[in-house]
Amino acid sequence: MNAAASTLVLRAGPFSAQIERRLLVSSLILTAATLVLAVAALCRGDTWDSPGEVLSGLFGYGDSVLVVQEWRLPRVAAALVFGAALGAAGAVFQNITRNALGSPDVIGLDAGAYTGVLIAITLFGGTAAGLAAGSLAGGLLAAAAVYALSLRQGLSGIRLVVIGIAANAMLTAVNSWIILRADLDVAIAAVGWNSGSLNGLDWNEVRLPFLVIGALGLLLAVLSRAMHQVALGDEVGASSGVHLGRFRLLVVVAGVGLTAAVTSAAGPIVFVALAAPQIGRRIAGAPGVPPLPAALTGALLLVAADLAAQTVLAPVQLPVGVVTTAIGGTYLIWLLLKEVRQP
Amino acid sequence: MTRRVAILLASVLVLLVLAGASVCVGAHAVPPHAIWDAFTSYAGTDEHVIVRDIRGPRTVIALCVGAALGTAGTLIQTLTRNPLAEPGVLGVTAGAGFAVILGTVAGVAASQTAQLGLAVAGAAAAAVLVYGVGRAFPLRLVLAGVALTYVLTGLSLALRLVYPDALDRYRFWSVGALAGREQLPLALPLAAIAIGLIGAVLVTRPLGGMALGESVAHALGARVKHTRIAVLALFTVLSGAATAIAGPILFVGLMVPHLARRLAAGSIPWLMTYTIVFGPILLVASDIGSRILLPTGEVPVAIVTAFVGAPVLIWAVRKYGTVSL
Repeated sequence: MNAAASTLVLRAGPFSAQIERRLLVSSLILTAATLVLAVAALCRGDTWDSPGEVLSGLFGYGDSVLVVQEWRLPRVAAALVFGAALGAAGAVFQNITRNALGSPDVIGLDAGAYTGVLIAITLFGGTAAGLAAGSLAGGLLAAAAVYALSLRQGLSGIRLVVIGIAANAMLTAVNSWIILRADLDVAIAAVGWNSGSLNGLDWNEVRLPFLVIGALGLLLAVLSRAMHQVALGDEVGASSGVHLGRFRLLVVVAGVGLTAAVTSAAGPIVFVALAAPQIGRRIAGAPGVPPLPAALTGALLLVAADLAAQTVLAPVQLPVGVVTTAIGGTYLIWLLLKEVRQP
Repeated sequence: MTRRVAILLASVLVLLVLAGASVCVGAHAVPPHAIWDAFTSYAGTDEHVIVRDIRGPRTVIALCVGAALGTAGTLIQTLTRNPLAEPGVLGVTAGAGFAVILGTVAGVAASQTAQLGLAVAGAAAAAVLVYGVGRAFPLRLVLAGVALTYVLTGLSLALRLVYPDALDRYRFWSVGALAGREQLPLALPLAAIAIGLIGAVLVTRPLGGMALGESVAHALGARVKHTRIAVLALFTVLSGAATAIAGPILFVGLMVPHLARRLAAGSIPWLMTYTIVFGPILLVASDIGSRILLPTGEVPVAIVTAFVGAPVLIWAVRKYGTVSL
């Protein structure tokens, strides 16, 4: 197949964009699948509503406007946006570390962000901006510490991961201690997030994270071309006009910011960032780890996991983090098995 | 030689002081002389009851669990020459814990024997699975163990949410705690730990031969296959019994052998001796910490050991990387 047939060029006035045909098709399929699941999630309640009823409620008609727009939509929107953010953040870090295991949840970023959230709640009260700032600071500190500790004669991917696991264990211990120390009302608010949960989110809690994620998503879209160049190797990236130092800083800040925004609202939801980029690149058949399929796959995974968390053991509602943890652990074992077979 | 004996005597002294402190420290402080009185002239006062029925048994449990976890770590690290191996990180304690919870849901874990059997079977299954996935690569083994731990923790939590009544008594146990265990009949798992420790002492000499490499051990006339099976069996029994008592506790089996190995200076018998003293020191000290870290109530002891032990994992990874011992 020649290049002209496998890529599409979009032009609008002075702007133009290239997109691989397979990437476009797979992105459309992923989007469609995600939307179907999202509608299914909107139908789920104490009783299942029909899709028609839900869709009319979504656009402001019928009896279920309140239920759909105010109760169920925030949660489903959060699953979509947070999943996409985690997937994109995972793609960013896997690109930078050039390692399928180098995702923010594995290297302790989620746990660090959550420590920041807990400190912000207990010491400064829980304003939305305070939570976001605490989450960002905690995530950045944890990521920097793990990264610095793993540097020794260059960066070995698997060493980074095991040091991240240790940092995770330590931070989780600190988090449990803070929760146990806290006043009862703080502890009750915090304990739902402990394993990552979308239960009971409303529009006020997700507005700020949505804005942050939107802005950082735009930043990543602008950087995506440079990311593509750098993925070919640092030298190739630099010689094709990418300012490496500034690029890395911007990308890492975007990745940490995305993870921190999710954690400040929903707690540490692990493994979406680990699994989504790898699944996404296989679906898209892409070289490297592109952020767009990763984000779409992340949204799909998180909506599906949240739906499963609510329905599998109904009437018991699991925190979605429990489901992603169990699925992600299985995925990790599979990844290791596959590596063993092709040493 | 004198240096090693002096270190041993000093650490035994530390252990005795810590054990005494463990009986005295807590929500209701007990003066040290009351320990003596409680056993010689028992008068049934609050303090005597606390010493004999609550803190005394709890200290004994901490001693045994610490010794079991430390020894399990030393056995598996020496046998596989993997500096990162230990029952918690390898997912073996998670396997044992999950087996007990699953058995309780299925209604077959009522007796001590059944619980111990389930825990040991779960530990063995987890060890086989993790070594099947991780093979002989230290870091990959850690990853496989942690992945398995994640999966089993998620499943355990789901089971606890679905069967809240049957599993209510596992709420603290499932995160690794010694609180509230002193009231339970635990004679059988404690006996299993005692037998396991004796076995570990007996196996040190052949294990010392194995530490030189299996072909060397073979050439020296050691029965390599028998030794390996014996060590793996002891490792499984010790990890399983410790988990049956206290739930999944991480990093104790990692910290203790590293510390003991530095002081033992290459001697496997001394390594084992130090391990059996240092394991209890670490767990009793962590248990005391778990009682004073909060103004009210206590944190599960596994939180303390994770906080102390995780830096040791970082240190070990940085020092040894992917090389074998």
